[in-house]
Amino acid sequence: MNTDDFISLLASGVAPVDRSMVAKRISIAVLAGFMGATLLVIAIMGIRPDLGQAMAEPIFWARIAFPLSLMIGALSMVGKLARPGIASGPGKILIVTAVFSVWVASIYVLLVSPPDERVAIILGETWKVCVLNITLLSVPGFVAVFWALKGLAPTNLRLSGACGGLLAGSMATIAYSFRCPEMQIPFWGVWYLLGMLVPTVLGALLGRRWLRW
Amino acid sequence: MERITHNDELRRREFNLQALFIAGLGGDESAYRIFLTELSGHLRGFLRSKLQQRPSEVEDLLQEILLAVHNARQTYRVDEPLTAWVFAIARYKLTDFFRGRSRYDAFNESLEDVAELFANPHLEPAQASRDLIRLLEQLPERQRLPIVHVKIEGLSVTETAQLTGLSESAVKIGIHRGLKALAGRVRGAR
Repeated sequence: MNTDDFISLLASGVAPVDRSMVAKRISIAVLAGFMGATLLVIAIMGIRPDLGQAMAEPIFWARIAFPLSLMIGALSMVGKLARPGIASGPGKILIVTAVFSVWVASIYVLLVSPPDERVAIILGETWKVCVLNITLLSVPGFVAVFWALKGLAPTNLRLSGACGGLLAGSMATIAYSFRCPEMQIPFWGVWYLLGMLVPTVLGALLGRRWLRW
Repeated sequence: MERITHNDELRRREFNLQALFIAGLGGDESAYRIFLTELSGHLRGFLRSKLQQRPSEVEDLLQEILLAVHNARQTYRVDEPLTAWVFAIARYKLTDFFRGRSRYDAFNESLEDVAELFANPHLEPAQASRDLIRLLEQLPERQRLPIVHVKIEGLSVTETAQLTGLSESAVKIGIHRGLKALAGRVRGAR
């Protein structure tokens, strides 16, 4: 087929496009990711029994603020990376700031606690399962976000995959907050972050192959 | 002085192409056709300069980029320059093309300047070596028939629905998914 015929094919009967398609696809993915992670927490892990009490504590909300900041940053980057020719934007500043703040707070907490308790504070009671749980909970969001990106037009596949993975991981961590008993900042700074890094790295690795279009 | 005239020229092209493309997004077939024709002239000149070793592949890659532009048209935001959007797609496809041939070394020059896209328009189409019709024929019926009837034979969606027994929305979805699937097959056939 020569190019003029092909142009004719593309143009003929062309339908008006839905301008809000990018926003719609990403919203569906976020909704599916959150619902999937929340249902998994309820079904296989159970929410913590003292949730009502815990929610009254400001530290509970500070803990949610950490993955929430990463989620907002990753979401804003995904929305931009899905469109050709647009820079990934200020989302990464929010992500770096959130991680940096948690690390500074972690170091402060460790410095003011007695030296022989520091390791116990970092490990908490659930360090062995935390990363695995967050990774598991990020699966529905990971699939949904990759589905959304696959239908759009990312041109930087590795970065798009990484941001998509971080988006899934941060949504999973928010859902996991309703189950996780750990209330020490250094625990989040290590294990929550590692848990979110797993889907981020996987996204970067799989993006090159899965997001091609 | 010359620099200013050159920039004016680029701005004029941007403005012109963008108006045609936006009309196309609204469903204006003839504006969209003019847009694709003008764009293909620019892209052909651009690809010729990038694929000097393989002139036979220029037309194939050009068609692949046009298909990508078409399939990605919903991701265009009207407040962004159209040329930057098109250029990002062309650069992505060109990089992907070279990567597929594992010729990293052949493509080490950076593609940063949108103006390159307009450097040497070339309107004379050459023969494509890959036949898209053959790839189109491999698509499943529910995608192939809507494309053949609406996009090649020029029937309306309603007529195609009656002819094929598909619903009108199935016809529209078939065209949309079929063209995306075609892009996948083009990649696979490369």
